[in-house]
Amino acid sequence: MIKFDNVNKRYPGGHEALSGVSFHIEPGEMVFLTGHSGAGKSSLLKLIACIERASRGNVIIDGQNLNRLKSRHIPALRRKIGVVFQNHNLLFDRTVYDNVALPLIIAGYHQSEVGRRVRAALDKVGLLGRERAMPITLSGGEQQRVGIARAVVNRPPLLLADEPTGNLDPELSKEIMQLFEQFNQVGVTVLVATHDHDLISRLDHRLLTLKQGRLDRDGSTADLIGETVAAAGGGI
Amino acid sequence: MSPRRERRKSPRPNNSTNTPARQKPRGKVNAYFTHHLWVLVSSLGVLWRTPFATFMTAAVIGIALALPAGLHVLLQNVQKLSTGWEGTAQMSLFIKQGVSEKRIQKLAKKLRGWDGVEEVRYISREQALEEFRKLSGFGDALDSLNENPLPAVLVVQPTSEASEPAQMELLLGKVRELKPVDLAQLDMEWVRRLSGIIELGKRGVLLLGSLLSLAILLVIGNTIRLTILSRRDEIVVTKLIGATNAFIRRPFLYTGFWYGLLGAVLAWMLVGIRLGLLSEPVSRLSFLYNSQFSLGGLDLETTAILLGSGIFLGLLGSWLAVGKHLQAIEPS
Repeated sequence: MIKFDNVNKRYPGGHEALSGVSFHIEPGEMVFLTGHSGAGKSSLLKLIACIERASRGNVIIDGQNLNRLKSRHIPALRRKIGVVFQNHNLLFDRTVYDNVALPLIIAGYHQSEVGRRVRAALDKVGLLGRERAMPITLSGGEQQRVGIARAVVNRPPLLLADEPTGNLDPELSKEIMQLFEQFNQVGVTVLVATHDHDLISRLDHRLLTLKQGRLDRDGSTADLIGETVAAAGGGI
Repeated sequence: MSPRRERRKSPRPNNSTNTPARQKPRGKVNAYFTHHLWVLVSSLGVLWRTPFATFMTAAVIGIALALPAGLHVLLQNVQKLSTGWEGTAQMSLFIKQGVSEKRIQKLAKKLRGWDGVEEVRYISREQALEEFRKLSGFGDALDSLNENPLPAVLVVQPTSEASEPAQMELLLGKVRELKPVDLAQLDMEWVRRLSGIIELGKRGVLLLGSLLSLAILLVIGNTIRLTILSRRDEIVVTKLIGATNAFIRRPFLYTGFWYGLLGAVLAWMLVGIRLGLLSEPVSRLSFLYNSQFSLGGLDLETTAILLGSGIFLGLLGSWLAVGKHLQAIEPS
């Protein structure tokens, strides 16, 4: 589903955000992406959504090499990717319903189909009944769930989340992660970028760790816990 | 859950035809038009929510359109006033004083026999005096004269084939040779000059119109530019969700459409009001000239051109603004 092949990303000015990153995420996997801020998590996600292009190497999404993707085909790519943002990126002058319906309207779905799917998505994130509310009247956790509903309403095969629990308390964070796991269970490939170690350690999934733009390790969260414990034990 | 709808054209085996038909499900085509209609209405709704700002922009466009439109209507009226005479190219032969009525009648008869002469009308000195008395209002002044100062006139109406300027000149030359004729005058001269002036005026309206059209383009372009900038975040988000440029462009184009249409309607009303204010004094004046002339309003054609050019300028202005500024907004 996502294949990085020796990818470099260098910004104008010489800062190298990613260097020599290679990995492959199979369809249906759920993967965490972690690392300190500035390690290149956001750059990596931007390459996947074709917000930026790799300086070197190949990024292949669903069999499409993004280096060779023409600008006019970017919208089609993005419709296959649901993105959950840390700051939600909701449109505050529209109702919850209209926010969630946006991807369907962009894709040209029929009105009745839009209504059905929006309600299904809102039901999924537990916000059915808040359709007519304006996003500003919702709590941070609710806003994030609206963002998730919008990301999945189109039933994309790939779901990206950039620090989806960044501003939420642990209890809400757990609920959000459970939502992602539910989507993963119905076959959606999920990639979650987060630096919330507590959260990751409680869930057993594949974990990619970035360190100064390089892929530092690629293993399960269970391994990481083992290593951390070993390192702590070694210290004593 | 229903299976995911496939948005890409599925390569369906189709051997019957060589050209792959663009197969779109009917529901989607319907949804496309529904969406257009929705954007059309909602962009008007957005304008409606800021009535003052919308009115200001529409008023600028309206005034800019009303100026050339009003002048155009004015010229149309002048033209209408003069077309009555344009077809009747005639020649007036003023007869020397002292020529007897009998000789004049003979002359008229002779002229009627000429090639290119349709009709000759004789206006005797008495008739001329009567007409003058009636039309000029100088009746009392005339009464104080001992003698009728007006000459007899033969009005020569050429056939329509002979109404060409060159042939008229020829005819004019011939009648000037005639002995009893004191002065031969082409009544067309001033009509022609007037139509020349009207042509010039039309050209002027065109020039003024194109200059003001440019101003309208700039006004609409700038308004749309500000709208785009104020909705920057929204554009970024919709681009991230996979909106095509056409999708993002649409509401701005429709906004331009509405500005153009509203401006044109305002212009129409402004011209109507101006004509309404003018029509009363004009008909009073034309009554004084013993004329049936009344000020014509905006005809259907002018109205259509006015609305059409308003809409066209609105769309073009927003198209230019959108093309320039939308490209610059990309998610980062």
